[in-house]
Amino acid sequence: MTTSTLRREQPAFVETFQRLRLGPYLFVLGVAIIDFLVIGPAQFVNGLTIGAIYALVAIGYTMVYGIIELINFAHGDVFMVGAFTSMYVLTNVLGQDGPIKDPPVLAAVLFVDFAITMILLGILGTVIERFAYRPLRHAPRLAPLITAIGVSFILQNTIQILFGPSPVNTPQLISPTARVNVFGLDVGVVNIFTIVVSVSLMIALQLFVSRTRIGRAMRSTAMDREAAQLMGVDINRTIAITFFIGSALAGAAGVVQGLYFGNIQFTLGFQAGLKAFTAAVLGGIGNITGAALGGFIIGFVEVTAGAKGVFVWGQAAVFVVLILTLLFRPAGLLGQQIGERA
Amino acid sequence: MTEQPIPPTTDPGRPPMLGSDDASRSTSGRPAPGDVILELRDVHTYYGKIHALQGIDLDVREGEIVTLIGSNGAGKTTTLKTISGLLHPRMGSVHFAGRDVTRTAAHEMARDGIGHAPEGRRIFSRLTVTENLQMGGYTRSGREVAENIEHVFSIFPRLRERAGQRGGTLSGGEQQMLAIGRAIMTRPKVLLLDEPSLGLSPILIQQIFTIIREINAGGTTILLVEQNALQALEVADRGYVLQTGRVILADSASALAANQDVRRAYLGEI
Repeated sequence: MTTSTLRREQPAFVETFQRLRLGPYLFVLGVAIIDFLVIGPAQFVNGLTIGAIYALVAIGYTMVYGIIELINFAHGDVFMVGAFTSMYVLTNVLGQDGPIKDPPVLAAVLFVDFAITMILLGILGTVIERFAYRPLRHAPRLAPLITAIGVSFILQNTIQILFGPSPVNTPQLISPTARVNVFGLDVGVVNIFTIVVSVSLMIALQLFVSRTRIGRAMRSTAMDREAAQLMGVDINRTIAITFFIGSALAGAAGVVQGLYFGNIQFTLGFQAGLKAFTAAVLGGIGNITGAALGGFIIGFVEVTAGAKGVFVWGQAAVFVVLILTLLFRPAGLLGQQIGERA
Repeated sequence: MTEQPIPPTTDPGRPPMLGSDDASRSTSGRPAPGDVILELRDVHTYYGKIHALQGIDLDVREGEIVTLIGSNGAGKTTTLKTISGLLHPRMGSVHFAGRDVTRTAAHEMARDGIGHAPEGRRIFSRLTVTENLQMGGYTRSGREVAENIEHVFSIFPRLRERAGQRGGTLSGGEQQMLAIGRAIMTRPKVLLLDEPSLGLSPILIQQIFTIIREINAGGTTILLVEQNALQALEVADRGYVLQTGRVILADSASALAANQDVRRAYLGEI
């Protein structure tokens, strides 16, 4: 709708401000500041770190939903497989079992681990799409949803058979005791690393989707599949690329999960998946920036509930957020409000 | 309803429809219609169990403007979708530029020279005008696309003013210009236009039809679907009248416009 013609005259700066649509960002900033004051710097950094991991997983949910309107319930388990892949690469391929002191070696090992894990997980994502979802592209919507739950079980059981049901230790390449001083705060190096890697990946993704030809193809396929085909877009290929990217990011999240927590279990994906899904809904499903913001909020909510001595309620708090979102802002923080008409 | 004998639609020896007495034509300096570039033979297309096209035969020659007219549900849009590969016929064949494209996917048809501006404009509402046009050039290199965008802006100066705006915020007429511009961006040999005048003001309709002529004068063959039969027959060389999935009449545009039955049924005359 051309709302601008309906609006009354306003000073130019108000108009500019409204066009920037800073509301959701200010909201997240507000949540962060309040949270910082309530739980203190240490837990705040913890929330930011966990939030970064949720954000990476949430992006995969939101991208897949955006392009084929499927809640890919197997996505949390893809993240879990990422954590195990990274563990396997580190211990069995690169022969690591603990912190690496030498920075260049550390950087090299991390780079190789991220590269292998992300590529393998990207391939896993496209394989899942090709064999589980593509055959159901024209089926009723319940069919792929149930298939996704089936894929989730397959991934969990496969990892359980391969690595056993108990938690498995993963090498913490960055020593958990390594600290640095950031603006007067004592912060773990691994926290900084996690946040920096996650945010960099999100920025790279955002640039890819908004600036490149393939990114445009992804967005137009999400908006109108038939029209995209008429432009020469091979939608099967575009959807496969979307799954590749989403799953590769879940793989990266799996890598940092292992590095940060030091142990992983085959059930990891279920809880994390639900929370990341909540983050995606909170941010406005289909919106990549929204998923990232939602991830950080969910991180804050969970850590705050835990830090305030109500840990058992930490999980519940996340789903309270989901319910509140659905009640009061079903489109999410950055849900589409304009320009749907075409 | 046809008292007049139906001219054969599949006669290969039919001469090109030249020298039609339409005055607007002679000034545009169009190339003479050439070989058949698009050929539908006994095409049957279904939506599930609904038999939408019941044996369509249709030819389009290079350089022509051909129009499909008919009431709602006659199969005009379905015919275009079958040509561009969004739908595939259950029986019959579609040939384009000498190749059998009956089963070819839509994105390959776009690559090979079928441009389709679909019914209802279908622009990408959350992409900017420029991005929408870039999507039209999806299959080609960056520099060529930039030049083509300039070309579209020169046809539709209005779109240049709106270049950075999201497609969904444009007015109906601007969206239609964008939809046509985007289809031109695919550099089609044959351009399929589905109801380009729908929902536009009379002045804009005039503009759109002028532009359709210009695009055609530039060498693009056009297959035009219109409710606005009078206007369509004015710009077209030939026309087909569709009814319930069949071609019931095929003739030169001027002959159709003069046909009493056509006038009664589609031109609003009593």
